[in-house]
Amino acid sequence: MSASPASDILIRVRGLTFRRGERVIFENIDLDFRRGRITAIMGPSGTGKTTLLKLISAQLIPEAGTIEVDGQNIHTLSQTDLFELRKRMGMLFQSGALLTDLTVFENVAYPLREHTQLSERMIRYLVLAKLQAVGLRGAAQLLPAELSGGMARRVALARAIALDPMMIMYDEPFSGQDPISMGVLIKLIHAMNDNLGLTSIIVSHDVKETSSIADHIYVISDGRIMDQGSPAELDRTASEWAQQFLKGLPDGPVRFHYPARDYAEDLFEN
Amino acid sequence: MKTEMQTVTAGSWLDPLVHAGRRAFSFLERTGRAGLFLLRVLQSIPSVLLRPGLIMQQLFSVGVLTIVIVLVAGAFVGLVLGLQGYNVLVRFNAEASLGTFVGLTLVRELGPVVTALLFAGRAGSALTAELGLMKATEQFSGLEMMAVDPYKRVLAPRMLAGFISMPLLAGIFSAVGVLGGYFIGVGLLGVDAGAYWAQMQNSVDFYEDLMTGFWKSLAFGFAATWVALFEGYDAEPTAEGVGRATTRSVVSASLLVLGLNFVLTALLLETNP
Repeated sequence: MSASPASDILIRVRGLTFRRGERVIFENIDLDFRRGRITAIMGPSGTGKTTLLKLISAQLIPEAGTIEVDGQNIHTLSQTDLFELRKRMGMLFQSGALLTDLTVFENVAYPLREHTQLSERMIRYLVLAKLQAVGLRGAAQLLPAELSGGMARRVALARAIALDPMMIMYDEPFSGQDPISMGVLIKLIHAMNDNLGLTSIIVSHDVKETSSIADHIYVISDGRIMDQGSPAELDRTASEWAQQFLKGLPDGPVRFHYPARDYAEDLFEN
Repeated sequence: MKTEMQTVTAGSWLDPLVHAGRRAFSFLERTGRAGLFLLRVLQSIPSVLLRPGLIMQQLFSVGVLTIVIVLVAGAFVGLVLGLQGYNVLVRFNAEASLGTFVGLTLVRELGPVVTALLFAGRAGSALTAELGLMKATEQFSGLEMMAVDPYKRVLAPRMLAGFISMPLLAGIFSAVGVLGGYFIGVGLLGVDAGAYWAQMQNSVDFYEDLMTGFWKSLAFGFAATWVALFEGYDAEPTAEGVGRATTRSVVSASLLVLGLNFVLTALLLETNP
């Protein structure tokens, strides 16, 4: 199951199955992430969207199936090879995952100091350029605790692109953001993808924002792919479930009520 | 294993047994994980030796920041030893031996043990809370995604710092304690200064006594830091999880130190009677 040469698919997921205890998170799913595109994974909370990113980055190991990143089966790599590959994979965590005892500047400089032998002047030049790209050059000397949630994500984005990766995975980039910082993040993700030639994976349940920039969307629930397609295709989808999710309808295939026995029976017990 | 246990119905007379079994399994499983964790931390130590800056940082936060409480506690313990020792020895007209009493008590027992308890309370809890918080804020995952091994960059320097600081802190504790005993015995109760020092010099042996204390403090530093690091790294990544881990870290490390002290005392007395 090797990737075809010069394949335009950067990440190929085949037959992925993953369980947590008895609970099935993914059941035999196939996904393709094309180079240079923004692919979104959407689904209700708790469907394992973040878990999928952790599987793709080999922080978790699947029960069955393969995940190929740039032609390499990521779960069979040695730690050295995995770390080499991860240098080319950026990830933006929901919390930003910035190192709390380092300034914004040092956070962005961290991967450069760890993995390159660049001079201090060059590191400064690169860090300031990355911070300028996310509009936070002025915040270089602040500590993570002094940043708002949106700013922390932008710093984390600057850090994720510090080593000029081939792809970035965004874990819920829009959740809990005010409209302005949401707009800033949408613009940044789009710009990063186009200007740096990145491949982007966005995991989110913010339908409107994600649809506005995604090229392809997978809608996942209960361990299965419920629907997929471009935002325009999904808009016309026949799947009732996908309609309910994408339009945020309170009742539909996903019931408003948590499964329970008969209401009257419950009330007049005894 | 879980499903087998669930086959025993609720409310059965076997319940306490099932409960005890489950607790025992989870204890063994955790102990195993802690062992594997320690192995990985130790394997990562050689690579840290190339980055002395990382160790210096941790020596500061683990060692230097613990010095003040060790100084204060050492002084008080020394003062009390001076008072209690004098009180007992004077009944046998042996108050001149106060130096021996204070010196041996501190160097062999109280220095390493009390310092280790303070270390677990001050440095250990801080380490657990710091690591737990790092886990809760996804900093470990963040490091891994930056192709940085948290064992090498975060855990091993802290382990080494705990291992190095504990004997030094225990030394400081004993030294201050000896001065405290001097202050009470010689300064306030009239023991001869020459006798205090001479008796101590005669009876405290370098190998038998000082080294006993040194080995103990090394072992305690190792144990307390291991527990603190594991509890932090293994903490449930929530605010309550970090709180619980911190409490568990101090309690387990303190008990481990006291238990280990008994074993080491027995062993060292056997080899150095």
